[in-house]
Amino acid sequence: MAKSENELTWKDLKIGAIIEAPGSARSYESGTWRSQRPTYDFTKCIKCGLCALFCPEGCIGQNDEGYFEADLFYCKGCGICARECWPRVIKMEEEVE
Amino acid sequence: MTTTTRVGIEVSIALADAVKLCNPDVVAAYPITPQTHIVEHLAELVANGELDAEYIPVESEHSAMSACLGSSAAGARTFTATASQGLSLMNEVVYVAAPMRLPIVMAVANRALSAPLSIWCDHSDLMSVRDTGWIQIISENGQQTVDNIICAFRIAEDNRVLLPAMVHLDGFNLTHVIEPITFPEQSEVDNFLPPFKFPLPLNPDRPVAMGDFAPPIIFTEAKWAHENVIKNAKDVIVECWNDFGKAFGRQYCPIEKHYSDGAKVLLMTMGSTGETASVAVDEMRADGQDVGQIRLRLWRPFPFEELREAAKDADVLIIMERSISYGGPGGPLSSEVKSAFYNQDKKPKIVSFVGGLGGRDVTVGGFKDIINKGVEIAASGSDNEYEIYGVRE
Repeated sequence: MAKSENELTWKDLKIGAIIEAPGSARSYESGTWRSQRPTYDFTKCIKCGLCALFCPEGCIGQNDEGYFEADLFYCKGCGICARECWPRVIKMEEEVE
Repeated sequence: MTTTTRVGIEVSIALADAVKLCNPDVVAAYPITPQTHIVEHLAELVANGELDAEYIPVESEHSAMSACLGSSAAGARTFTATASQGLSLMNEVVYVAAPMRLPIVMAVANRALSAPLSIWCDHSDLMSVRDTGWIQIISENGQQTVDNIICAFRIAEDNRVLLPAMVHLDGFNLTHVIEPITFPEQSEVDNFLPPFKFPLPLNPDRPVAMGDFAPPIIFTEAKWAHENVIKNAKDVIVECWNDFGKAFGRQYCPIEKHYSDGAKVLLMTMGSTGETASVAVDEMRADGQDVGQIRLRLWRPFPFEELREAAKDADVLIIMERSISYGGPGGPLSSEVKSAFYNQDKKPKIVSFVGGLGGRDVTVGGFKDIINKGVEIAASGSDNEYEIYGVRE
């Protein structure tokens, strides 16, 4: 769809709000829900990937150096990765405007 | 007018035969009194090979409507029927069908909701689905039930509408009586009812997502789209009924008038009590009383303009309905009628009665009593929201 979600009028919706483009949830920025963000001390990281396994959003991937990092476009800030990270790489910090 | 067959038949069986004439692809239903004969007969028609459809025997009404969602979304013409507690159990999914714009047709054999347990007719089940966003058509007799079913498929599947439609008929008072009914020929129904073509059906070759999550940024727009389509559906419903009148010689309209033009006192009914009430009105007119009647045929979308037009000459409008909105302003029908007139300069005095609950009969004498009492109450200036008729004090 050409228009963004906040420009759509009721007339722009398909019948029954049907979505024709597969995978459209990818464009939904769930990162705006976040009140805490994960921060990383990669010097401690052993690249075990447990954080990625536990992430309910599935938004953690490996960066260029192979470290695991959340995509903040999707990360809701739940803190499960920080809780599960036993080498204590990840720390949650308050989002400040 | 073409050839027709008139037969004496139980209304439930006639309804099922009308569904067969509409050639549905899928019937998914769970039996419940007083709807049972409808779905039993449909199951029989499918089992005997007389109706080429999938009959899905489900484990509950919730599953029945869920199966209907799926089949309708795949582009299959879909029918189900229920009543009372079954409709309540189905409720969650009933709400889903309309905003998904799936044109399922459902017959509801109106029956009181528990408790106390009652298998008999009133409109508490009908009112429990008032705001589900379905088109809701009311039947007064067997012939109307058959005709309403055929029209319901055409209205629901019209690409200007695409909404599910309920056909209400009073449990036992209609479902279990034998009436002379005129059936159209199969070829006539085929001409009247075009094949169903859902614009965006479920299809692996062209995947779509239906009934999706809507965040606050889009939910209001989705609701307003639904509201607009059901409001505008009224024109399509009237057009369908006019076409039906031309094709089959029986004309329907949202508000049916019975000596209402010019009458100073009007009685309003919905459902099968309208026939009994009309006898009372006829007899009172024969005695020289200035009484008329209006009957509601379309509950949703509610025909506000037609109601105001039909009652424009009345000084007193007496409503008799078969359900209570506890602690509220009388029955739900009265609420609607009062809101239709509240902002009008000229309006009748509206007097509400609730009666005929849980299958209690309101006789011809009863309706005369209601009309006379209604006139008295209107003259007394009483501000009682409503009266309950026939209760033992």
